[in-house]
Amino acid sequence: MSQLSTTPKPRRNVELALLLLALAVGIGANMLVGVDQEKAFDSDFWFQSSLLAVAALVFHGVLRFRAKYADPVILPLVVALNGLGLAMIHRLDAPDADTGNNQLRWTLIAMAVAIAVIWFLKDHRVLRRFTFISLAASALLLILPLIPGISAGEILGARVWIRLGPMTFQPGEVAKITLAIFFAGYLSSNRDLILLAGRKVGPLQFPRFKDMGPMITAWLVSIGVLIFQRDLGSSVLFFGLFIVMIYVATSRISWVVIGLALILGGGFAASRVFSHVELRISGWLNAFTPEVYGRSPGGSGQIVQGLFGMANGGLVGTGLGQGRPDLVPFANSDMIIASLGEELGLVGLFAVVLMYLLLFTRGFRAALGTRDAFGKLLACGLSFAVALQCFVVIGGVTRLIPLTGLTTPFLAAGGSSLLANWIIVGLLLMISHTARGPVDTTPLRPGEATESMGIDTPTEAVKHS
Amino acid sequence: MNQAIRHSWVAAIAMFALIFGAISYVQVIGADELKANPWNQRAILQNYCNDRGAIIVGGSPVAESVEGTSETCKFQRTYPQPEPYAGITGYFSQNFGATGLEQAMGEVLTGNSDQLFLDRVGQLFLGNQPKGASVELTIDPEIQQLAYSLIPDGQRGSIVVTNPKTGAILAMVSKPSYDPNQIATQDPDAETANINELLKVPGINLNPNVSGPTGELLAPGSVYKLVDTAAALASGKYNKDSVLPNPAQMPFEGIQYTLPNYAGGNCYTRDTAGFAFALQQSCNTPFASIALDLGRDAIAEQAEKFGFGEDMGDQLKLDYARGNGFPDDLDAPGLAQSAIGQKDVRATPLQVALMTAAIANDGVQMRPNLIKALRSPDLRVIDEPQPQQLRTSTTPEIANQITEWMVSAVSEGIANRAAVPGVQVAGKTGTAELGNGTNNSWFTGFAPANNPQVGVTIVMEGVDITTGAQLTSPNAKRIFEAVLNK
Repeated sequence: MSQLSTTPKPRRNVELALLLLALAVGIGANMLVGVDQEKAFDSDFWFQSSLLAVAALVFHGVLRFRAKYADPVILPLVVALNGLGLAMIHRLDAPDADTGNNQLRWTLIAMAVAIAVIWFLKDHRVLRRFTFISLAASALLLILPLIPGISAGEILGARVWIRLGPMTFQPGEVAKITLAIFFAGYLSSNRDLILLAGRKVGPLQFPRFKDMGPMITAWLVSIGVLIFQRDLGSSVLFFGLFIVMIYVATSRISWVVIGLALILGGGFAASRVFSHVELRISGWLNAFTPEVYGRSPGGSGQIVQGLFGMANGGLVGTGLGQGRPDLVPFANSDMIIASLGEELGLVGLFAVVLMYLLLFTRGFRAALGTRDAFGKLLACGLSFAVALQCFVVIGGVTRLIPLTGLTTPFLAAGGSSLLANWIIVGLLLMISHTARGPVDTTPLRPGEATESMGIDTPTEAVKHS
Repeated sequence: MNQAIRHSWVAAIAMFALIFGAISYVQVIGADELKANPWNQRAILQNYCNDRGAIIVGGSPVAESVEGTSETCKFQRTYPQPEPYAGITGYFSQNFGATGLEQAMGEVLTGNSDQLFLDRVGQLFLGNQPKGASVELTIDPEIQQLAYSLIPDGQRGSIVVTNPKTGAILAMVSKPSYDPNQIATQDPDAETANINELLKVPGINLNPNVSGPTGELLAPGSVYKLVDTAAALASGKYNKDSVLPNPAQMPFEGIQYTLPNYAGGNCYTRDTAGFAFALQQSCNTPFASIALDLGRDAIAEQAEKFGFGEDMGDQLKLDYARGNGFPDDLDAPGLAQSAIGQKDVRATPLQVALMTAAIANDGVQMRPNLIKALRSPDLRVIDEPQPQQLRTSTTPEIANQITEWMVSAVSEGIANRAAVPGVQVAGKTGTAELGNGTNNSWFTGFAPANNPQVGVTIVMEGVDITTGAQLTSPNAKRIFEAVLNK
């Protein structure tokens, strides 16, 4: 607040210093996991470390060039998380497995795509022009896994994958970005209508039915995903994303009330109608009963083994490479949090969770700082999505809530998740660049409408930057 | 709008607060419960390849970790004298967990015990491989080997040798036994195949809680008459000169059944008997009449005081079966049969040994103790359990009186084959009919009677009278001699 008169600072050197620290964390971890095993300083280690370092530094260089006012903390946080994930995946690789290198390949692809987003988009406000294209893209991405020929079929009880040559891909991960773009675009254009028209019931202001169109759409998408793809986690994520964005757009708590009522009602109905939802919930509540523990599908063996691992880690952990996270099914993907908890302990896992906390906090910070409503909504929605995804995954692994099939951003093995989350990072970096940069009140280009862009007064924007 | 963004951030922070709470619960607050869960293999797996401490008997290991040949595992658990000690050591297996002392002393053997805290700190700073503490047993290896050899192969039976004054267990064996090396092998397929093979052998139960001296609940037969005798003397209604009815058959009102004295012995020569004669010849009817006279509760109370159905204290470390004590809801014939250790009365060989030890030790029962000392990896003693009283079973006067009669049972009675020249041996035999023509044949006793150094309890299961007589009292004599001649 006292910085009203200071000129914006790029802080790229801070980023470089933090980035070196982040690389030290990731590469150091990768080194430690091999010390007690034959993997120590094997070719994989040198290969992965050097490529990760080069990619991170290239990314940093691109930011210097294209988005020099971008938040200097975001990239180092993500590189540290990604590096830790690579180390744990490398550590869990059986001698003949190649998940570590596959993860590295996807990391490099994802970073390249994020760089491309920053390089070619230049300004996030351009995305607003793709509001309805984004809706169509979201619908397409969500339907893809159900189309025969493209679909990879049912894997582990869910139909969320498609086949891309030799690889599988989860388009739903990318759909969360296109949905956020659509919501941000639609809401920034229509927030006045939603805000002002409608009936007041008691303390709550209810919007008109026709303004609830996107809400209904989101609800149906969410339920549709649930029904056809058996992907409980994604439906919770999409719905949470939408509630937050419409709340931020309208500042009306009534949307949150309606949303939570719908999600609870829908969840209850789903638990009654769909056996796999019911299995998840009973597996959560009665995880320690023998019949639930050994049940297949929907048994609690995975989560209970994960809990054993975390308990084994205790306060300071067994040390990287010293625990037995391999006893947990999907130790390098769905349960990677339990693997980290076992080997890094409460202390290390708190550090990891704090990195996520800092990451989404910097995202919210960008939302506060940027001056256009679209950017605010997008940054806020994406940041909240990252937070909610972490909550759903870590809450599931620690048996706070039922376990669902979401991935842990940047850590878990899986290309689609990495790609989507790096694109989110690219967008957040770009939004933070406009948020932290010098105030630019000139229109984007001739003909670009500004009246409904929701540009707040510069003073307010500067106040929060 | 910015206010709503801040609220959203607060909501996200609230979710993360829940996550921090959940992680704290799983990793710290609730961690011990999760670690103790029987589905949790980590405790074993994590230490499986470490240099686990040895279990030591008389200076040499009966379970130890040696450097193995496997690439993945540096150390291999081995049992140099497998069969005689299997019931005590148990096994340490990757797939099947641990049993016996391997399980009970796991924390000490892996070096994770709180008592080893300073050693662990030292290892941490010196970067040494973790090394467990060793457990030294009270077992005397010569007596253990002798006792094991005294049970013929193919015969089911148990022998417990104690020091009545300290509660130390000098030997504890049973047959059939098994080789724990077969289950501790690091080849998981061989391990499973071996355990399946072992489970086919009749009489082998790999869970020490339900087999052997600590776990097998057997009809005690006439050794239980010591309980009746103590109860009678404690009641005040009887004294050492009491004359007991000794009919050849004891009738019961309203039914055909009669309780007989053993037809082959000398009981039939008298219609009445003193305690001395009744114990020497192990007549049934005098003790049945005592039980009917005193009532069920008096016998049950004395049985409890001798530890039947009761806790054994915390120095045995092995799991043990307690049984249910003296039965409830008995009619007159049931009470009479129960009083002579038949019907539904059950006791483990160790419980009978503890009863005898209490009589030998002036009525005071000592905590059975298998652990002589715990030693840190540098051989420093970190714990040395001291003899402790478990309970008072009877008065010194009654104990000494019963001792006197048990001496006469060896010197003049049917336990005479347990006699050791030059030493006063106190003893009592028992023959519990199993209803199929075979018996559980018992001997329990101690020596020297005036200054007890050793208590011996032997049971041979499913034998005929002659075999039982050969395998109990004469074997007791050999153990008495072996211990006393040391």
